[in-house]
Amino acid sequence: MIRLAGVATCLGLIGCQPNMVDPAPAELPAAEIQSGYNFLTPDTQALQDDAFGNPGLLWVDRGADLFQSVAGSETACATCHTDGLSGVAATYPKIDPQSGALLNLEGRINQCRTEHQGLSPLDYESEALLALTAYVANQSHGQPSQVEITGPASAAYETGRDYFLTRRGQFNLSCQQCHTENWGKQLRGDTISQGHGNGFPAYRLEWQSLGSLQRRLRDCDTGVRAEPLPFGDETYIALELYLAGRSQGLELESPAVRR
Amino acid sequence: MASIRLAVPRTAQQDEIIEIKALIQHDMESGFRRGSRGEVIPRDIITRFECTYDGNTVFAADFQPAIAANPILTFHLRASTSGPIAFEWTDQNGTQWQDQADIEVL
Amino acid sequence: MLATAGGAIAITATPLSALAAQEDLERARVELFGDRPVQEGRVTLKLPPIAENGFSVPLDVSVDSPMTAEDYVQRIAILSPRNPLPLIGVFHLTPHAGLAQVSTRIRMSGTQEIEAIAEMNDGSLFAGRMETVVTLAACVVL
Repeated sequence: MIRLAGVATCLGLIGCQPNMVDPAPAELPAAEIQSGYNFLTPDTQALQDDAFGNPGLLWVDRGADLFQSVAGSETACATCHTDGLSGVAATYPKIDPQSGALLNLEGRINQCRTEHQGLSPLDYESEALLALTAYVANQSHGQPSQVEITGPASAAYETGRDYFLTRRGQFNLSCQQCHTENWGKQLRGDTISQGHGNGFPAYRLEWQSLGSLQRRLRDCDTGVRAEPLPFGDETYIALELYLAGRSQGLELESPAVRR
Repeated sequence: MASIRLAVPRTAQQDEIIEIKALIQHDMESGFRRGSRGEVIPRDIITRFECTYDGNTVFAADFQPAIAANPILTFHLRASTSGPIAFEWTDQNGTQWQDQADIEVL
Repeated sequence: MLATAGGAIAITATPLSALAAQEDLERARVELFGDRPVQEGRVTLKLPPIAENGFSVPLDVSVDSPMTAEDYVQRIAILSPRNPLPLIGVFHLTPHAGLAQVSTRIRMSGTQEIEAIAEMNDGSLFAGRMETVVTLAACVVL
């Protein structure tokens, strides 16, 4: 549960006009871009770094098994992806050349399931989809995010950017106001991170489980008392693209441990 | 089927004291959380862990709801014989999960 | 009222209210070990001084003992004066363990001093304790 009672002090930012997007929004200086890892206590960092005990690895293990063989289909992921998927997660979200749609990892995995494996798509936050996304994201661990934001992806990138900059919810806050303009400051007991999402799917202590970036985005919207969008909403996928581009090559850390 | 991770050295000297780690995926639902309609989510936890080796239960643990989700244990045992080290978790309903790792004692 | 039975201890507790207090911890200790006196010492309990999330706090307990057939730790109980239930867990050791040191991760519903009581094979009891500041409590925060 997100408590944002401390944001009363933030309401004085950029006037108080609802839904006004600042014409010249601040950007994170490239030299200051840093992972949410840096905003954890040393014990939580140690848990993320624990090559045995990071709880997110339980899902990576299951994903590795599912990658090799899946009930109900003769075509496992490994049947086609014989060389593994190193580096792939770092390029997502990306435009699917056939349909022209922007796909995140979850969407891509589901598309493979339906088109190549004869399986039905998996729901967000289901054990199997979390395991597969954790496995694929972990294959890009330590690699810089390298999403395409120009060409066919540029419209989605702008949609994501617009969402990021727009005030919403009862607290009338935009992502920008906390994560670009006030990162590093305290929000009650929490230190505000820059909101990159490079560690997702991540094990959040509050969830006591691994979860997707979409789940986190829904929690963010709930946190400012805005109506969260449904899982898989194309605006959230556009936002994922914007976040990846904004992180300017920050290394992927999935499965990260976060509060 | 819960994911299980074990850290057991492959080999050990006779009588060497070795460190063992065992991690299992489980929500350990405490029974103190409430759902979105305010209803209490009932308790559903692993209650017992046992490690058996060379015919003996070398280590066991009784879990209460305050053991964190995806419970991890680090403990020790004296390497005495080559063979399997067996791990067993039992939940409050009697459901069990088992795994084992072999060790070679030099 | 929620009747919760766990292990050898049956405690009645209401979720989100009536947290355990020091008396409940003492009652749990008596249920486990009877009236035997407890000495401070030989038990080292390690918890981080600040835990940013009470849902998962690393705990390490070690007991100074040769762990031979004649002289070993048979039980270590972890107790809380503030969680909804005073007993967190019990570890059972044997001389085959070789070393009386156990780590795990626990839930803590707020800043408190956790207590570890070790029972030797001769029935003697020793205790160690450590306080942790918990930024976000487990169990009682919705």
